[in-house]
Amino acid sequence: MKDLYAWAAIGLIILASTTGDVLLSYSMKRVGDVGELWKRRGVLAVLGRVLATPTFALGLMAMGVAFYSLLFGLSWGNLSLVVPASASLTFVANAVAARIFLHERVGRRRWIAALLVAGGVVLMAI
Amino acid sequence: MTFRKYFVLAGITVFSTAGDSLLARGMKALGHVSPHDLSGLLLAILNPWVAAGIFFLLAFFACYMSALSWADLTYVLPATSLAYVLVALIGHFRLHEEISPTRWLGIALIAAGVGSVAAGPSVTSVPEQRESPEVPRAAVSPEVES
Repeated sequence: MKDLYAWAAIGLIILASTTGDVLLSYSMKRVGDVGELWKRRGVLAVLGRVLATPTFALGLMAMGVAFYSLLFGLSWGNLSLVVPASASLTFVANAVAARIFLHERVGRRRWIAALLVAGGVVLMAI
Repeated sequence: MTFRKYFVLAGITVFSTAGDSLLARGMKALGHVSPHDLSGLLLAILNPWVAAGIFFLLAFFACYMSALSWADLTYVLPATSLAYVLVALIGHFRLHEEISPTRWLGIALIAAGVGSVAAGPSVTSVPEQRESPEVPRAAVSPEVES
């Protein structure tokens, strides 16, 4: 039962943080290059435009869900299971989601990178 | 990729590492927060270590959002994993902690993954943007996949 809760939390973390990352990335692409905007219009224009993007707030909410799922998962499972399992699988899930929802061209180079990083995170945690 | 953009990517790594370490140090100093009295979490921000940690995590978030405004999610995310490497290296060289062969292999895998993505294009998709006459479309330099 304990393991079931821990893995349910891991699944929830992966789902919520992938949703959050995709929404935040989508929002920032709509805002455009903030460095350029800052130079032209100042920092208030940047903040205004970011906060006026509805998907940004949704992304933050998803990140909040991911954070509380992590706290929940840590109360049921070990740190050495929950953190590396959720972090590494999130890298892979993000590559899939970015390809589907953000239309990023995830070529062979980026697939290999996602798997390398995911494997590396697991190795560093054990 | 300009110098400024590499600076922002470095900021993601450095600020998240600093923020997490400071938060961990502050929360250890405070001790356990009872689930029956969550007011401890509110008072935690009065601890200077926790406050500094939150400051650095905000800086991290600003850098992360800035990077996502001009680079793909699959380009920026691997860079965030460099924080794991940085923590391990600081532990090894500053605090003289032992790094096991397994962890060295993990560091090598992460570095290889990040390096392989960083060598490629930072943007592969240019989605429809808001009407912004002050930023002409030509300013969004299309980088072709190598």
